[in-house]
Amino acid sequence: MADHAHPAAPEEMHHGEHGHGSMKSYLTGFLLSAVLTAVPFWLVMTGALANPGLTAGIVIACAVVQIVVHSICFLHVDTRSEGGWTLMTFVFTAVIVAITIGGSVWIMYHLNTNMMPMEAVAG
Amino acid sequence: MIAHALDAEAARQAEEITWHLAEKDDHDHGHSGGATLIGFWIYLMSDALIFASIFATFAVVSTGYAGGPTPREIFDLPLVALNTALLLFSSITYGFAMLAMERGRQAGVQLWLAVTGLLGIAFVGVELYEFSHLIAEGATPQRSAFLSGFFTLVATHGLHVTFGIIWIGVMIAQVAQRGLNPDNRRRLMCLSMFWHFLDIIWIGVFTFVYLLGVLR
Repeated sequence: MADHAHPAAPEEMHHGEHGHGSMKSYLTGFLLSAVLTAVPFWLVMTGALANPGLTAGIVIACAVVQIVVHSICFLHVDTRSEGGWTLMTFVFTAVIVAITIGGSVWIMYHLNTNMMPMEAVAG
Repeated sequence: MIAHALDAEAARQAEEITWHLAEKDDHDHGHSGGATLIGFWIYLMSDALIFASIFATFAVVSTGYAGGPTPREIFDLPLVALNTALLLFSSITYGFAMLAMERGRQAGVQLWLAVTGLLGIAFVGVELYEFSHLIAEGATPQRSAFLSGFFTLVATHGLHVTFGIIWIGVMIAQVAQRGLNPDNRRRLMCLSMFWHFLDIIWIGVFTFVYLLGVLR
């Protein structure tokens, strides 16, 4: 497969891989995104699941999968583009984003738990 | 003095070698602006970090209602669903513009860019309508930490979309004047990344701000 594709690589890169994508990848991405958007909205708007925790879990899972779908189908992040640097910087950014958001929530949650509640101060 | 010159020479060579490695896999960089594309990509990643810090701030203050309105009381999910659909459709229409560019169809590029721009304008219009309603109801950015965080996050995204729309308008004019030359192709590819990136940020917004806010 790889051997077969190699001789045509520069031309392929220019027309196929270099940030353009194909009709197939755009339509796949669009259909997957439509489903991954519709499901969480449907769950929250109808309250189909009695358990809010489970609903929240599914909603977050759909978002994470949808972000991956968009990155692959629309932004064409893969191991080949720009010699791997696109993927490398993307993963690096994802790690920093996770640390920034996760770390902030974690620290502030504990800070709130350990501090006197504001109602007690006001009362 | 000589050592200095040698250092400079070594640094220059090192730079050349690194450059060569980065270039090796893609032979088309010379004429399609590979350095610009990776540079723009790195800008987007840094923009993602700006959004990350705003998301983090929102997450921390998201329950600071200060006795004011809660997400369940003020968020209109059908409106958010409409906005999400508009942005998702605009992503695929931009994709069609890129496919038209690949086939060298200038009119197709302009048509799909125009459709994308109109969907973007509709998105910003709905968002402004939502904001004006919230403010009319007294849910202003000054009301509580939650609302400050909400307006900062959603408006920062909306402002990005607004600049994306301006850029789309500029590109329609550029393509009309100069055609699909290598410069315009490079710009359209940067704009493509920008536009799809904003859709990704919106996934985070509708999930963490609206859906999880209403669930809370």
